[in-house]
Amino acid sequence: MDLNDVVVIGGGVIGAACAYYCAEAGLRVTVVERGSPGGGTTSACEGNILLSDKEPGPELELALLSSRLWSALADRRGAQAFEYQAKGGVVVATTEASAAGLAKLTVGQRASGVDAVDVSADELRELEPNITSAAVGGAFYPQDSQVQPMLSTARLLQLVREKGGRVLSATAVTGFLRGADGAVLGVRTNSAAVPEVRGKCTVNASGTWSGEIAELAGAPIPILPRKGFILVTEPLPRVVRHKVYTAEYVANVASSDEGLETSVVVEGTQAGTVLIGASRERVGFDRSFSLTVVRKLAAQALGVFPFLEHVSLMRTYLGFRPYCPDHLPVIGPDPRAPGLFHATGHEGAGIGLATGTGTLIAQLITGATPDLDPAPFRPHRFEEVAA
Amino acid sequence: MPTSPAESRYDVAVLGAGPAGLAAAVSASQAGARVALLDSAARPGGQYWRNRGDADSGALHHDWSTFRALRGELRGRIDHLAQHAVWHAEHDEHGLDLYALCDGAERIVRAAALVLATGAYDRQLPFPGWTLPGVFTAGAVQALLKGHGVLAGRRIAVAGTGPFLLAVAAGLAQSGADVVGVFEAGHPAEFARFPGALARNPAKLTEGARYLATLARHRIPYHPRTAVIAAHGDGELNQIITATLTREWQVVPGSETPVDCDTLAVGYGFTPQLEIPLQLGCDTRLDVDGSLVAIADSRQRSTRERVYLAGEVCGVAGAAASVVEGHLAGLAAAEDVLAATPDPKQLRRLRRQRGSLRSFAHAMHTAFPVPAGWIGWVTPDTTVCRCEEVDARTVEAAIDELGAADPRAVKLYARPGMGLCQGRVCGYATTCLLAAREGRTPTADDLRSLTARPIANPIKLGVIAAGQRTGPQTKPAGANSTELKNYSVQCHMRHVIL
Amino acid sequence: MSAEFRFDGEPVSVEPGQSIGAALIAGGRRSWRTTRHGGAPRGVFCGIGICFDCLVTVNGEPNQRACLAEAVAGDVVTTQEGSGHADLAC
Repeated sequence: MDLNDVVVIGGGVIGAACAYYCAEAGLRVTVVERGSPGGGTTSACEGNILLSDKEPGPELELALLSSRLWSALADRRGAQAFEYQAKGGVVVATTEASAAGLAKLTVGQRASGVDAVDVSADELRELEPNITSAAVGGAFYPQDSQVQPMLSTARLLQLVREKGGRVLSATAVTGFLRGADGAVLGVRTNSAAVPEVRGKCTVNASGTWSGEIAELAGAPIPILPRKGFILVTEPLPRVVRHKVYTAEYVANVASSDEGLETSVVVEGTQAGTVLIGASRERVGFDRSFSLTVVRKLAAQALGVFPFLEHVSLMRTYLGFRPYCPDHLPVIGPDPRAPGLFHATGHEGAGIGLATGTGTLIAQLITGATPDLDPAPFRPHRFEEVAA
Repeated sequence: MPTSPAESRYDVAVLGAGPAGLAAAVSASQAGARVALLDSAARPGGQYWRNRGDADSGALHHDWSTFRALRGELRGRIDHLAQHAVWHAEHDEHGLDLYALCDGAERIVRAAALVLATGAYDRQLPFPGWTLPGVFTAGAVQALLKGHGVLAGRRIAVAGTGPFLLAVAAGLAQSGADVVGVFEAGHPAEFARFPGALARNPAKLTEGARYLATLARHRIPYHPRTAVIAAHGDGELNQIITATLTREWQVVPGSETPVDCDTLAVGYGFTPQLEIPLQLGCDTRLDVDGSLVAIADSRQRSTRERVYLAGEVCGVAGAAASVVEGHLAGLAAAEDVLAATPDPKQLRRLRRQRGSLRSFAHAMHTAFPVPAGWIGWVTPDTTVCRCEEVDARTVEAAIDELGAADPRAVKLYARPGMGLCQGRVCGYATTCLLAAREGRTPTADDLRSLTARPIANPIKLGVIAAGQRTGPQTKPAGANSTELKNYSVQCHMRHVIL
Repeated sequence: MSAEFRFDGEPVSVEPGQSIGAALIAGGRRSWRTTRHGGAPRGVFCGIGICFDCLVTVNGEPNQRACLAEAVAGDVVTTQEGSGHADLAC
């Protein structure tokens, strides 16, 4: 029976990135995906690769690393392979107070190595001619970029297969294989054809469901779903040049409120549709449509781009972000289950942070010097707090 | 003045004013229910009775007297809400809410029970050149003729499979069109395998015989086991390529024959419009014709409380079956909401009629299947998704290179179904292409994943943003008065706003 | 009693109750739109408002389904390129 170096649980963008960087490092990889690769939260995103919305700290460091890696991937494999667009991000302030707050934020961002440019109202209109006349100023982030999330996941997995790795779809993990000493030796699955997948290391990259997987290993991590809707317009010519959002988005990401929170995030896509977000709700895995949320997102978007009033909404989709109480992802080996690694909890930043996460995981597995200090992301930090 | 929830709510709302919807609205209202009949069109009739309004004598139509009788009943307790395009439906504590667009503005209609009679539309298979102007669905050619008095072209070929082709060709012939031929990919002799169904439906046999007689009279050749496998032209159609098919719809080599024509009417059966049933959570299944249909029980109830289904939406079976089921659904809804007990004799008669008509439909579907051999007519350059211009090569790459293992993944990698029609036209074909690659046929789950959508029609963001949960609501006439008035809401909408 | 609307500047006659698409077809026109990517000509395909192929701009309002839009005397109808929203492009 084949022994893999790495078994990756989850074929979404995080699992695909972990598998890719492990395969690039010469490891034998098998990805085990219970549905269709990229079919979970990855299929309900916008494809953001943002530096602009991260406050200085470990997540920003991970974002800086990831952004460089996405760019390198696009250079190496061709931007079209991922529909990578280095379009840049624009944050809009519609009041003097939020403009002032933004200006304070950008000072700190520049000090942390993010290219953040304060822009006046006129400069904002040059960047985004269709922006509301109520905008008083903003900030421009040339490093923000975008990919097509499912396409990118598929490409990464294609590259994994080209390097001799395996991707098992429609194969769910039902339990872990353990050694006498408690080491994790791989997984058990519901597949008759492949009931066991053995590996020296196993990576839990099952996104919003990684809490359930972690439970199976006796190494719980607090991952909760945070529901989000995205509106998709009819196809348009280029009407929004960058990723555009309002200053409230940053505050939203960092909050833990139980109720509905919405902020405005608008961007175009290569296909011509405009994507409108963003909402956050803690309602478990409730997949039902919410007219209230959709109306609010539409109304807010009109406030930033008035031309949208005459543009049609064509479809909506929703997804569940994997959310951690301290808003940091969970990346690294789990001392409670030797051989088990986690790569999850990226909330709304999964696409952007995937490359850095995958690289870190590969480095931690091979013993190479990690590009980042992984301590802030350690899986057992929640138990330390509780103790 | 505020009204109580009960008063501001219709007893029964019917969605769709075609044969099934008209019958449901009439039966429900005759049983005492306050009924709202919603349809996106300006005039009742749906597709089958699509007409030119007062100018129409009904000469081109079938069962015109049935239509006129039903239409006449609209002047009773029925609020006919024309030009109401419903884009979303939801349950609430007291029943159901329908969100419609009328004259560019939002309207909300609330009812205790809902009959869904949303009909069906032509099912399509892609083939080289099918996007050329001059290539129409069979339904389009029929609609142009019956609804607008317009011949779709000069030299018209009719192709595809199923008895609808006969109706289209006969209608064209009677209107003086030059029909170059009917190209039926299946074989009508398949019918003979179902003597029971034929015996229970003599009227259908007569209808079919009449069509064939019309074709013969106008010397229109009927070619079984023949399909149009390609269309050619420079900016518009000027030639089709027909070919003889095996039983599995593979092209018999050397049988390809060019036929000059400027118009092609093509249809491979029908598929129901399921957006609203799916939004409400109604269960669906694969029907014998391979289309996804909503599940209705013997009382025309869906699997969701107070939601009833009638006509093509629960399985393509033609107008007569739609009318019968509409009556049954209207009666069932009125019974559940008002405790209005239907006449048992009438119920028995309707159920008997439904049984005969559904058995005929079942026989037809079995006699005119759609084998996967059509995939052999598709070339890498053939457009699969018309809206997003996705060709077969791109769809296949999504499956072979990117590993798409289900239709949703194909959609997300290659974009078929991501355009304005949201997969209505290409959904079936895309699913077949994926399934064939995996050596299987499409399942209900496959089709469901490309059919469900919370926004049934595009709606302007400004309209969505402006709307609120509590209004503007269309309430039943006489909600606060003792008098029942004739009441018909006509929005002065000239164009169906995208 | 037929009326007239203008299509790309030319008069088109239309009977009461006819759609813009039907009137255009009756007048010999099969296409009045080009697609976003390939610039391919399109006109009516499904005829009943399902396929969104027959989109045309009416009185400045883009993306009207010609098969459903009833023509009114004096309407100004124009060929639509691509998304129909070129005026929004920046």
